[in-house]
Amino acid sequence: MEKQIKEVKRITIRFAGDSGDGMQLAGNIFGDTTALVGNDLSTLPDYPSEIRAPAGTLYGVSGFQLHFGSKEIYTPGDQPDVLVAMNPAALKVNLRDLYHGAIIIVNSDSFDQKNLQLAGFETNPLEDGSLANYQVISVPITTLTIRALEGMGLSMKEMTRCKNFFVLGLTYWMFDRPLEPTINWIHKKFAKNPKMIEANEKVLKAGYFFGDTAEIFTMRFTIKPAQLEKGVYRNVMGNEALALGFVAAARKANLKLFQGSYPITPASEILHELSALRNFDVITFQAEDEIAGITTAIGAAFGGALAITTTSGPGLSLKTEAMGLAVMAELPLVIVDVQRAGPSTGMPTKTEQGDLLQAMFGRNGEAPIPVIAAKSPADCFYAAYEASRIALKYMTPVIVLSEGYIAQGSEPWRIPEPVELQTIETNFASEEDKKDGKFYPYVRNELNVRPWAVPGIAGFEHRIGGLEKKHITGDVSSEPTNHEFMVKLRDQKIQNIANDIPLQDVFGEQEGDVLVLGWGGTFGAIRDAVIRLIEKGYKVSHAQLFYLNPMPKNLGEILKRFKRILIPELNLGQLAFIIRSRFLVDVEQLNKIQGLPFRSSEIENKVLKMLGAK
Amino acid sequence: MSTVELEIKYTPKDFQSDQDVRWCPGCGDYSILAQVQRTLPLLKIKKEKFVFVSGIGCSSRFPYYVDTYGFHGIHGRATAIATGVKLTNPDLSVWVATGDGDLLSIGGNHFIHTCRKNVDIKILLFNNRIYGLTKGQYSPTSELHKVTKSSPYGTTEYPFNPVALAIGTEATLVARSMDRDPKHLQEMILRAGQHKGTAFLEIYQNCNIFNDGAFFHLTEKEYKADNVVYLRHNEPLVFGKEEDKGIRLDGMNPLVVSLKDGKWSKDDLLVHDEFNRDPAYAAMLSRLEEKPGFPVPIGVFRQIQKPTLEDMLYEQINEVKRKKGEGDLRKLFFDTTTWEIK
Repeated sequence: MEKQIKEVKRITIRFAGDSGDGMQLAGNIFGDTTALVGNDLSTLPDYPSEIRAPAGTLYGVSGFQLHFGSKEIYTPGDQPDVLVAMNPAALKVNLRDLYHGAIIIVNSDSFDQKNLQLAGFETNPLEDGSLANYQVISVPITTLTIRALEGMGLSMKEMTRCKNFFVLGLTYWMFDRPLEPTINWIHKKFAKNPKMIEANEKVLKAGYFFGDTAEIFTMRFTIKPAQLEKGVYRNVMGNEALALGFVAAARKANLKLFQGSYPITPASEILHELSALRNFDVITFQAEDEIAGITTAIGAAFGGALAITTTSGPGLSLKTEAMGLAVMAELPLVIVDVQRAGPSTGMPTKTEQGDLLQAMFGRNGEAPIPVIAAKSPADCFYAAYEASRIALKYMTPVIVLSEGYIAQGSEPWRIPEPVELQTIETNFASEEDKKDGKFYPYVRNELNVRPWAVPGIAGFEHRIGGLEKKHITGDVSSEPTNHEFMVKLRDQKIQNIANDIPLQDVFGEQEGDVLVLGWGGTFGAIRDAVIRLIEKGYKVSHAQLFYLNPMPKNLGEILKRFKRILIPELNLGQLAFIIRSRFLVDVEQLNKIQGLPFRSSEIENKVLKMLGAK
Repeated sequence: MSTVELEIKYTPKDFQSDQDVRWCPGCGDYSILAQVQRTLPLLKIKKEKFVFVSGIGCSSRFPYYVDTYGFHGIHGRATAIATGVKLTNPDLSVWVATGDGDLLSIGGNHFIHTCRKNVDIKILLFNNRIYGLTKGQYSPTSELHKVTKSSPYGTTEYPFNPVALAIGTEATLVARSMDRDPKHLQEMILRAGQHKGTAFLEIYQNCNIFNDGAFFHLTEKEYKADNVVYLRHNEPLVFGKEEDKGIRLDGMNPLVVSLKDGKWSKDDLLVHDEFNRDPAYAAMLSRLEEKPGFPVPIGVFRQIQKPTLEDMLYEQINEVKRKKGEGDLRKLFFDTTTWEIK
């Protein structure tokens, strides 16, 4: 039978199965291949916090979603067009996200009595007609995988573990992807195990040919390469991009990079990435706790390194006191908070934007800290780099807010040439900082920045600490007017950074009916929604804040040019709270606190509702 | 850390800062400060290579008074801050000045892990068995049933034995001295300063306001000889006003014996071995004082050598550089699966 090939602009596919089914790997490899054929893409893993939950259970389901297309892709996709469900539980958990008409590929071998029961199905959905609204493609994936490997002398366990490659082969056929990149990957990955090379390659091809020959597949899709900005690209995950950004900043500033961190989901990959870069003079210190993470980093900053500490919300809470110390000592330090659903332990693997107010204000006393929020996985590189630049130039701690959603997600990154990256200034102490031959640690330059005098250099011996400092001399002082002066000085120093950051840009018309104002990882969903609204003729624009403290100087003026302002956030309205109090403008809110990112349709619908559209 | 023959000969005055010392008159901290300032010139390390780090408490004001680099941190975190300084600058001589609350209560976790990792820093524990700066609550080293502001009916908590704790963490130098024994204290500070690895020095320190006389039975002339045994390498454990008592081992059991009745002589006594690698030996010494009739040991309990954290770290950095070459940013960015959009 001649199979139809349908050209489509974008596709969302979700791989779902047991934690041990290898769906994360399948998703990642599918993403790499898709990037190589020139599609734009965005990915999002969704996995349980249990490492290996009991097989077949609902809470053990692990998923990986990819959205790819021939146009710019801003999100991992709202609803999957195609769901791969490796067992009944994966079907059950993901069915609610599917629209009618979506394609479901199931591993029919796993729909036995036991698994159906574990997933809470009373009857077999493949047989009882309950999936009539979907295009169900039932494939005995386990059986076909085993058949492909017969005679190789592999154990049953070894054979069934290859079934994610069958799925890959099948979906490659379905979406017209080449096999070669994956075959190359298999050869590299299993270089020491020729048997696994043969097995995985066999199964990959079996999946592909099954699609080609089986009568049940009548539809294939092809997606043309996207028209992206010229350049060399690679796929990058948010946490990986952060690590690259910090290494780049340290190299540009000619400093050692020191990371003091305690492992925590979903931030640990930053530690994994950096600990592998010893030849870049990267010192990673896996601390005994979150507090040691930041305080060793503060010691390293005193010692002249670009110092960072990376964590997630609960860890940020633990670092609070030490952040105040860094403010008082005026040392460069970058604190990364990869936000997750809170409060407390919350939902460690689920995304949220609940830490904005904590980052902005969560310290004792008046302790201003610049805050930057990355908008996407690739943008994490620039967030890390810019935070380092500000920390070093202004001798201040800086907070980078990321989110589980972008930390674990990936997208193509146009790789910059290192030589093109912005210069990073440092303010090391010099003889010019001395007065009558004596060095005072709290003298300041024209930007109110104090000099960085690193231990080991004769003539600059000095003492700093958490006690209030006397202006210029740095002596301990509790003199009332000095304290007020210093509080204002520290605040002014941070506010002045607004002169050193770009003005806020607005996507779409510069004035209009609605401005959708976002921050951080909501970027993609908002941009997608706003593009669609503009296409429908609405006067809607989009601004995404990268700099949350200080904010761009023109923000207040932008807000005045729009009749209404909508702030979508994955919290109860933390940015809305700040915007209202700072600019005395009213804003409307769209809030979602489900551990999930926004769907662009949710934002689009909200704006349509605001505008009274039918 | 490299020691160099210095052309300049430092004097204690070179290590005095221009800050007024603000401890209570009569505080034991003054003696510790003076002994440190007297000892630092003997280490033959350039002045600018010293860093003093502290946490919070009376003793933590220490860095302000020493004219070197200094960092007065936050409560309990001095050892962590010092670790960060040392790891980025392995050629510095990094010291921590801390108290019993700072190090053993709020900072307990950092303390044990610093020792475990053998970070080359010197920890001076000013142990006065009380919270001074917060005005007189019991500390983790206060004796059971002690009456303080926060324990009007006496505490119901057992104290830490800091030396035993440090030995448990396998700190590579563990020693004890007293504020009112300046000569011995100088000797111990010197030993700590010369040691490569985590050096832990517990200093019994008198708080004359909130816990006056806590150590007088050890420090004052009339009691000292009977209550203190000095640990000296290769020497038998002898104590007593007339050097008439000693400690001998009966199997694993230490016993106090009289040297007067002719039954035992110095040759029968336990001969101290500072360099015994088995922590069980030092642990046994650290528990002597808990037995009735036994003296409190003062001196070096244990000193062993093993690679420090920063030694191993920098060795690894160099090893990775040898294997992979000096890090190249461009290669790091581009040496992966890439594709070009033209």
